[in-house]
Amino acid sequence: MNFQDHDNGNGHEDRHANGASLVDGSFLAFEHPRNIDVHRNPDNAPTSQTVKTKNPLNIPHPYPGRLIAVEGIDGSGKSTQLQLLERWLRAQGYPVHFTEWNSSRLVRRALRRGKQKNLLTPTTFSLLHAVDFADRFTYQILPPLKAGMIVLADRYVFTAFARDVARGVHPEWVRSVYRHAPRPDLTLYFRVPIEVSLERLLAGRAKLKYHEAGMDLGLSGDPVESFRMFQSRVLNIYDELTTEFGLRTIDAIGEIPAQQKAFRQMVQEALRDYDHERANHLNGNANGHAQRH
Amino acid sequence: MRNGTSKRWYGHGLPYLGDKPLPGHLIVIEGTDGVGRSTQIELLGRWLELEGYAVSNTGWTRSPLLSATIKEAKAGHQLNPTTFSLLYAADFADRLEHEILPALQAGFIVIADRYMYTAFARDTVMGADPTWTRELFQMALIPDLVLQLDIDVDTLVPRVIQGKGIDYWESGMHLALGTDIFDSFKHYQARLIEEYHRLAKEFGFVIVDACRPVDAIQAELRRHVLNYLRAVNNANGMASKVAHESSPVSSKD
Repeated sequence: MNFQDHDNGNGHEDRHANGASLVDGSFLAFEHPRNIDVHRNPDNAPTSQTVKTKNPLNIPHPYPGRLIAVEGIDGSGKSTQLQLLERWLRAQGYPVHFTEWNSSRLVRRALRRGKQKNLLTPTTFSLLHAVDFADRFTYQILPPLKAGMIVLADRYVFTAFARDVARGVHPEWVRSVYRHAPRPDLTLYFRVPIEVSLERLLAGRAKLKYHEAGMDLGLSGDPVESFRMFQSRVLNIYDELTTEFGLRTIDAIGEIPAQQKAFRQMVQEALRDYDHERANHLNGNANGHAQRH
Repeated sequence: MRNGTSKRWYGHGLPYLGDKPLPGHLIVIEGTDGVGRSTQIELLGRWLELEGYAVSNTGWTRSPLLSATIKEAKAGHQLNPTTFSLLYAADFADRLEHEILPALQAGFIVIADRYMYTAFARDTVMGADPTWTRELFQMALIPDLVLQLDIDVDTLVPRVIQGKGIDYWESGMHLALGTDIFDSFKHYQARLIEEYHRLAKEFGFVIVDACRPVDAIQAELRRHVLNYLRAVNNANGMASKVAHESSPVSSKD
């Protein structure tokens, strides 16, 4: 029942522009558990038990690469920290591939249109982001992981678990939507109070974005007040997720260099048994950097 | 006894919508491409309107939010089974919330040209994980009546060739079943039909033989719809005599 080899054909030339070259030819898309008997449940409905037992988020992934994700609300500083980390890793000669939430071309137009015309519901908002993720998983996450690279993900499935549930979708449902996502080797949650996040966002630009402020939920007509209410919900859910999925938390109000130092320490831990030799071997001499050893 | 307002969700439904009564009727026409669904739906809709029912139509991949994206993605061959399933689910959710539920709330008969079963059939044939597809569609409302237009592959093939022609995706060419598009189409459609038969048993579809002339098929469809509406009216009549027991839709399991 596994997916067949997928041809990376037309329309993807630009996808790899800023990353290292990926394995060419064929690779598996989401790898599904085999031999699932759909007939056994008399009510036709899937059971929540299958969701829990089959969820790759609960077990380490089998790939030679490493997956490092950052999470946090807007204005938590996670992207800044991840960029600094990327430079540091590259400088050490690691083969790195960066991928960002909501960056796939596949649903860009639908999301833009949906946001502009206010057509999105919590469910379609969730599903379109899931398409983005699945598309990036196929082209941006799985191939570098299989090639032994370090994948840096600016936001991961926990963003959906937090935001979409804050919008009202069922927590179990959104977990099944992302059921095929592998567990990161390290997920760092940048925890920041609402007021700090607001201050940072408003300093950088004049207005809060409609969906980032949760204006689609009709919590308040005032964007700033709506942001407070919506992102507080998101924060509370993130706190729960740290326990459920073992996310590491970093206090994101501290000085940038101090946060980066803590981040690097955690990454070093996560890379301790990383087979750097093998990764280089599989990937050619990655990025033209000299090998470390 | 089923009445016009006792509807069930396939899974969790849409928790954020709350409980709203849905007095309308959701009738689904399923069947593979080229079986004559759109002709039959048009005839059925016109007839129901003459009978005094307000009718609303909704069709697979026709959501304003996603139809362009799906067309473009198919044309660019950018999809894999997972993104395909998710786009279908998004298209479905968009139409469910913006077309199907509002119409049912307003007491319309909604005729759906395909429903989640299309995703179940296709995803299984395409090699996706069938359990996962079913989980995606937990937000779906269970239809009141599913009429499946059934056809054998040898009758279907000439109809499609004479009609809109063989389509790349409808041939399962992406599955690389063979290099010949005709063979591939036939093979893929045969597998789809087989899967529909299995789903019909699982979900209790009413099977209508679509190898016959248009009028004969239409007459049978109307008979099934009438039977359903009569049963609902009887149940509602009895219920209102008892004490207005119509229960609202529950978003709980």
